[in-house]
Amino acid sequence: MELVTDKKILTKGNYAIANAAVMAGCECYFGYPITPQSEIGEFMSGKMQELKRAYVSAESELAAINMVIGACSTGKKAMTSSSSCAVALMQEGLSYAASDELPVVLVSVMRGGPGLGNIYPSQGDYFQATKGGGDGDYKLIVLAPSTVQECADLTYKAFYLAHKYKNPTVLLADGMLGQMMEPVVFKDYPYPKVDNSSWALDGANNRDGRIIRSYAPSAHNQCEFLQKLHQKYKLIEENETEWEEIGTDDADVILVSFGSTARNAKIAAKMCREKGLKVGVLRPITLFPFPSKRLSELSKQGKKFISVEVNMGQMINDVKLAVKDDVKLINKPVGIPPAPVEIVKQIEEYYASF
Amino acid sequence: MQVFKIPEVFREDMKYTFCPGCDHGVAVRLVAEVLDELGLKEDTIAVASVGCSVTIYDFLNLDTIEAPHGRALAVATGVKRAKPDKFVFTYQGDGDFASIGLAESMHSALRGENLTAICINNTTYGMTGGQLGPTTLMGQVTTTSPMGRNAEYYGYPIKITEHVALCDGTAYAARVSLDTVANIKKAKEAIKSAFDVQLKGLGFGFVEILSTCPTNWRMTPEKAHERVRNEMMPVFKPGVYKDIRG
Repeated sequence: MELVTDKKILTKGNYAIANAAVMAGCECYFGYPITPQSEIGEFMSGKMQELKRAYVSAESELAAINMVIGACSTGKKAMTSSSSCAVALMQEGLSYAASDELPVVLVSVMRGGPGLGNIYPSQGDYFQATKGGGDGDYKLIVLAPSTVQECADLTYKAFYLAHKYKNPTVLLADGMLGQMMEPVVFKDYPYPKVDNSSWALDGANNRDGRIIRSYAPSAHNQCEFLQKLHQKYKLIEENETEWEEIGTDDADVILVSFGSTARNAKIAAKMCREKGLKVGVLRPITLFPFPSKRLSELSKQGKKFISVEVNMGQMINDVKLAVKDDVKLINKPVGIPPAPVEIVKQIEEYYASF
Repeated sequence: MQVFKIPEVFREDMKYTFCPGCDHGVAVRLVAEVLDELGLKEDTIAVASVGCSVTIYDFLNLDTIEAPHGRALAVATGVKRAKPDKFVFTYQGDGDFASIGLAESMHSALRGENLTAICINNTTYGMTGGQLGPTTLMGQVTTTSPMGRNAEYYGYPIKITEHVALCDGTAYAARVSLDTVANIKKAKEAIKSAFDVQLKGLGFGFVEILSTCPTNWRMTPEKAHERVRNEMMPVFKPGVYKDIRG
């Protein structure tokens, strides 16, 4: 696979992510294979060596995430990629990285769970990414692409936001996006360089040694630290919440859906319009920060909400918190997202219930 | 003639964090002296680990990152791959290196990472109050082996240096002790050698330091050093197990 820098190509989401990571200036990749994202590590193994950048076939996901932590402590752009049951192994590292305030980038290409599960697409790790499985009060920035083009664009953005806020950032894709092919254009990395000279480890040259640590024996210090950390999360919510809206202005019902599933939700909404049902779509692009404020505004206009997900209903909890109302779930437990006709059928039933 | 000097790499506001009589203090001091003698302070990124060893950053005025428990050599691998021109070492206990972190440790050696690992072996988990660890000797009483270590329930202690020396990526592996002045001098030479192989780009450098834990062994420092000699050294034999410099 050649690195693509200047033309439109037809490629898989996984290759789009890997290509974009190299274009974004990722200097270190560490990873362990798992379906359905192994193409990322395969691409990076060759490309990083050709470009004389760092690459390690890690012995486990535990090792991989900690190698990313080490590389990020020097201020370099570094990443790993994995999936579901293996991202589970990285939760400890993500908690440390959040506490250490390190710009770790993780590409998480969801498959079916729990446990070993299967290799079908899934959105069953919404909780894992947005609520965290590591210890303590921390947040990850979570970006959810819906197309192969967005897989590339949001990879750029993941590196930028991770470094801008010194916060671990997850690109949350799924097996469908990872494996499907679509046209994609790789533009130049569009974000400014982030200065990390005030904190990165580079040897204590004419200054005291810097310590990146999470061990906090004093309860008082940890209270102050957590307040500061959560002020940062608030700032991220204010500045970086991103979503897409289609036909919400006059809608009675709004489908809230992210990632690959949102594609079918959009088609379903269009089919509903053709039947005279005023259905709109709100697609969160950032899952943390979640577009709660916008959902709340729309709710105050009297609109009803349906969460469309490929899991047993996870994001729906955040929708409910935002709209303070009953929210209907249209879901499929695992696999290819529910077909637009199935979604339309359930929307019609929902209308009929009023 | 100057007979005593505080290593320059020590922090001015250094806090002594170890128990009285603990060999960690001697080990950290030796690491500091070698860093000074090789002029490495400004080129070093240290990796602290979990256990009593975590407080190394209260002593050494170095750029330091603290790794999660057992992950020191994975973190160090990331640091070194990102910054190959820096000197990178870990300071770990035997639980961190050889129990929870055995995979990370051995794979770093197998990959021949240009890193140095210093591992303190005191046959117990010191920070948590003296439980059985990977190096606890047969028959040794700890808070989780109240009748002594037996094979039926606990299996056998790991001989760390022997395993590390078997890895093709290892350039230097030695086991030393701190029970006598002569052995302290040998320990310093071993640390210097393990640093030297990294500086020469030869691969993984490793020193296992047999150390005391008077608090959890419930012994005086003097008795504790007798235990190192009489009980530990016959099982964990000191020596240079590998040195590819010839």
